[in-house]
Amino acid sequence: MRALLTIAHLTLHEAARRRILTATLIGAVAFLVLYGIGFHFVARNIQQQAGPSALQQRFLLNFLTLAGLYATHFLTLMTAVLLPVDTLSGEIASGVAQTLASKPVRRSDIVLGKWLAFCTVTVAYFVVVAGGVLLLARLLGHFTPPGLAQGLPLMAFEAVVFVSLSLAGGARLSTVTNGIMAFGLYGLAFIGGWVEQVGTMAGNVAAQNVGTVASLIMPTEALWQRAAYYMQPSIMRDLNMTPFSAGSLPSPAMVWYAIGYALLALAWGIRGFRKRAL
Amino acid sequence: MTALAIETYGLRKRFGEKLAVADLSLTLKRGEVFGFLGPNGAGKTTSLKMLLGLIEPTAGSGTLLGRPIGDRVTRGRVGFLPEHFRFQDWLTGRELLRFHGKLYGLRGRALDGRADQLLARVDLLDAADRPIKGYSKGMTQRIGLAQALLNEPDIVFLDEPTSGLDPLGRLLVRDLIRELRDGGTSVFLNSHLLGEVEATCDRVVFVKQGRVVHELDMAVRTHGLEVELRVEGAPERLLAEHGMLLGHADGVVRLRVPDDEALPRLAEALVRSGAKLYGMTAHRKSLEETFLTVMGEDQRPG
Repeated sequence: MRALLTIAHLTLHEAARRRILTATLIGAVAFLVLYGIGFHFVARNIQQQAGPSALQQRFLLNFLTLAGLYATHFLTLMTAVLLPVDTLSGEIASGVAQTLASKPVRRSDIVLGKWLAFCTVTVAYFVVVAGGVLLLARLLGHFTPPGLAQGLPLMAFEAVVFVSLSLAGGARLSTVTNGIMAFGLYGLAFIGGWVEQVGTMAGNVAAQNVGTVASLIMPTEALWQRAAYYMQPSIMRDLNMTPFSAGSLPSPAMVWYAIGYALLALAWGIRGFRKRAL
Repeated sequence: MTALAIETYGLRKRFGEKLAVADLSLTLKRGEVFGFLGPNGAGKTTSLKMLLGLIEPTAGSGTLLGRPIGDRVTRGRVGFLPEHFRFQDWLTGRELLRFHGKLYGLRGRALDGRADQLLARVDLLDAADRPIKGYSKGMTQRIGLAQALLNEPDIVFLDEPTSGLDPLGRLLVRDLIRELRDGGTSVFLNSHLLGEVEATCDRVVFVKQGRVVHELDMAVRTHGLEVELRVEGAPERLLAEHGMLLGHADGVVRLRVPDDEALPRLAEALVRSGAKLYGMTAHRKSLEETFLTVMGEDQRPG
């Protein structure tokens, strides 16, 4: 356990020293500034117009906030893929892994220490960006979406899924191959999710099945859909009024599936690193 | 406690089609400085990595400090300096030692004290708080050496430790190896620099295609001395009595004798026999000559 924490500490130290944290934070702030400006003007427009009813105003503000959270979901997943993508493959290629693995340390502790550190950084990033989006919505639009207690943990868990996958891939694949695999899976889940939404709206069963299969291959989009479901007023969900209203709500089993998926990915990575000739 | 630091039986490693190590059987006594020699591609680094548990052998077995190779706890008593080694170069020298010390289970004052002691030993105290990426090649190699000695190991594996070092750096490594031996630490030295090996090792083995082909005890070199005589009228019988005749041409006789003591005896005998002795030079067969003989003429530069 001590070795695991030492590795985690070193990984965090590396992220800070190599200005990875600074770069990530600057990106987050830039996004929040842009989002705040946009939100400000749209919210002012909504509030100044005499037309929309209170319900319509609420609908628009919820849509805006969810759009911000969707962007957060995307940015968090990018961070979750990019942060750990070369940590194992890079250290294996450079020989740094040799000096670590020749110490009295379990190889699994090396993987798990890094996993812990990258999960911490990515989830912290998510908390900053999602917190910023919600704070802006509160300050500029006097609006807070419902169901945050259920929605936000699901979104944070999406990051854990991708950190596990990207880290594990590095134990077996080169950095480039690993990046292509992770982004490929993200793209597949993204397209699959939207095909499913459109399929549900149009009543097309084949399209819905495409979405389900995509969710099994990469369950993060399903987690997002379930999170978005919680974070909308029930009337909007029922009326399918926004692109974020999940036409077909992923079942709770999907959450368990995603947990199993992350654990398996991690186990696959640990096994790969243990067998790997360094 | 077993008297052997390393014992292996038929270690073999295959990477796909390529056989990197064919059949490695060797022993290393505790406290011995052991040279592992061979041309490039002889499987030296792969062998060393198998002993350290970095690579799993395809076949064969072995022990390190009395425990099966690959044992995690044993690695706590082992130091390792990899070839072309790279570290977390964004750390400072001192941070690197602290971090690696923690992986050895060292903590607090004991760790800080040990780090300072080693920084002084490898002459890096003044650069200790600078990032390693600004170090020269020699400095990186020296901080790597310090890293390998953090845990006061029972055995140290050095893979080409003097590559990239200037003559002063080499001298430092040579002295360090002697200190380690005096302290009872075994040293496993992988090196191309035969002069280096000659100066430090107690015993060397030569490997070729992942097999030990020759072993040499440096203390009792059985090859003796080669003597070159410029002599006239020396009876062949008398020469043969003192050593093995290697060649005889144009008044120059080449002879191999067992040891230094044979030289005055030979000179005296020649003078007594009435032969005219104009010159006599003796030299020990260098490790390089032995290396070339053992590896054979068919070796091409790796």
